[in-house]
Amino acid sequence: MSVLVYVQNFGGKLKKQNFELASYASKIAEAMGTDVAGITIGEIDNEELQKLSKYGVSKLLKAGDPSFNTRINKIYTQIVEQAVEAAGADVVVFPNTNAGKAVAPRLSVRLKAGYVPGVTELPSSYDPFIVSKGVFTGKAFANVKVNTSVKIVSLMINTFGVFEKETDLVIEDFAPQIDTTGVTSKVIDKKLSKEGLSLFDADIVVSGGRGMKSPDNWKPLEELAEVLGAALACSRPVSDEGWRSHEEHVGQTGKIIAPNLYIAVGISGAIQHIAGVSGAKCIVALNNDSDAPIFQVADYGILDDAHKVLPKLVEAFREFKKE
Amino acid sequence: MKLLVCISNVPDTTTKVRFKDNNTLFDDNGVQWVINPWDELALTRAVELKDDSSSPVSEVHVINVGTAVTEPTLRKCLAIGADKAFRIDLDPKDSYSTAVQIAEFVKDKDYRFIINGISSGDYNGSSVGGMIAELTDLSSVSSVSNIRFENNEPILERDVASGKEYIATSGTTVLIVQKGFAIEPKIPNMRGIMTARSKPLEVIPSVDAEPLVEYIDFRLPEPKGKVKMIESDNLDELVRLLSTEAKVL
Ligand SMILES: Cc1cc2nc3c(=O)[nH]c(=O)nc-3n(C[C@H](O)[C@H](O)[C@H](O)COP(=O)(O)OP(=O)(O)OC[C@H]3O[C@@H](n4cnc5c(N)ncnc54)[C@H](O)[C@@H]3O)c2cc1C
Repeated sequence: MSVLVYVQNFGGKLKKQNFELASYASKIAEAMGTDVAGITIGEIDNEELQKLSKYGVSKLLKAGDPSFNTRINKIYTQIVEQAVEAAGADVVVFPNTNAGKAVAPRLSVRLKAGYVPGVTELPSSYDPFIVSKGVFTGKAFANVKVNTSVKIVSLMINTFGVFEKETDLVIEDFAPQIDTTGVTSKVIDKKLSKEGLSLFDADIVVSGGRGMKSPDNWKPLEELAEVLGAALACSRPVSDEGWRSHEEHVGQTGKIIAPNLYIAVGISGAIQHIAGVSGAKCIVALNNDSDAPIFQVADYGILDDAHKVLPKLVEAFREFKKE
Repeated sequence: MKLLVCISNVPDTTTKVRFKDNNTLFDDNGVQWVINPWDELALTRAVELKDDSSSPVSEVHVINVGTAVTEPTLRKCLAIGADKAFRIDLDPKDSYSTAVQIAEFVKDKDYRFIINGISSGDYNGSSVGGMIAELTDLSSVSSVSNIRFENNEPILERDVASGKEYIATSGTTVLIVQKGFAIEPKIPNMRGIMTARSKPLEVIPSVDAEPLVEYIDFRLPEPKGKVKMIESDNLDELVRLLSTEAKVL
């Protein structure tokens, strides 16, 4: 018996989300009276992996062959399947990231294991196994019961938090047996994006909407983001108009994020936009229309012209950061 | 080259979500059904490729697992430009039992791509595409944000944590697509709506499949407290509240 955590390898590095996911797995293991094992795929130093010993992982299977550096879903699924077996896992925990969404459903079929994607909290019961997940894109939650002997869940990043727990971590090289028949996709080229803070990882997100009026007005938002160490986001029309890159689009048809603080500037708060940010712990809205629906979901509001207030807001945060 | 787009029928995105029977079932009374927005983008791009004479795409089919309630949604897909629609007659209980139906359907077909939107607006599973691929032992490419053709060969762009990857495929491949694949959904024109009426919509019996998970009940989020308004000449107060009350700085 054990809990297996999928340790996503970010080009040889770990991120805060790895520690959050390990913390989540560790709390499940504690409740079940068992240990956490991890599986990591592709090249990565043991020194980097040792960081996981702070978050309750006691054993790590490392499928470190460089041929695994690029994710091929069919191959990754086989690796995790064999790790489940090697670790004797009955619960498998993925992050609800591109990588998790790619591999977890395939694994679910392979193991005939019920899969609950996008969970935000610990299971409310282990026997039977019941866990809550978001449904209707942020509008509701459902309790989902898994009836199979192996259970798979994926955690929404940034919803659970990081909890330290010192453990002795043993790293074992893991050499899975891979069947490559039927692997018909091949990566032929790559384009690395500039190293920035990913929207999913950011604790604070600063977001602009159509109320910003023009792409030329983004400077103070960028400054605000810099002062706060925040990532930038935008509403759909802003990315559709080409004012900002599609990478920044949040909402029902963009990214779904759960930062600690979401600052919405010139965003009306349409239900499809809120669908992407309803997991935020705190929302601040800056809008010049007191009827804007964003004020119904915000924790703090400022009713005024964005262009007038933004420079002052940047100053206020800058002062605070100095202290 | 034939494409199949998997269509989920979901409540309109502005729907006020309610539950019934002791919160065990979604209350669909008065609900307006639409094509799942992601699937609509997938279909938009598929039809665009078909209409582009320089691409080898010649035919676009759509498939839905659902009861007769979903037929208007499938008709809309035909109006957008799909050539043929299939409905597998089953009220789906989870992603797995849905995927089993589609996997069974595609077994003896020759689609080049089986395309799924990244997430369904109802149960937010992000699962059916990957499950179809594993059930049929096909390759899957997920987080696809673009497709183009070079010498009649498709090149896929996929989003990964470090940036973008470009992927070549051969044979039938399952695609799970997201933002960028298309930007704005295609609105059907009058001619599309007229011709949709006479396009084929075939109903197929379902096969047995045990769900792997069970939705036992639902709840709405805790209502938000009232917003605290801050004067715009008192921004230090906002900073103070964020730091000491909300504790998010
Ligand atoms: C199927 C579907 C999916 C969708 N998915 C998404 C999605 O993923 N994400 C998304 O964001 N939207 C999505 N939308 C669109 C959504 O319905 C809204 O149209 C959109 O969110 C509005 O963007 P906005 O708030 O930037 O613009 P607007 O609604 O135009 O709001 C602009 C706001 O700025 C305020 N403003 C104007 N001037 C100023 C000023 N000087 N100072 C301060 N405030 C000012 C206005 O009062 C207004 O509230 C979707 C829609 C559909 C139908």
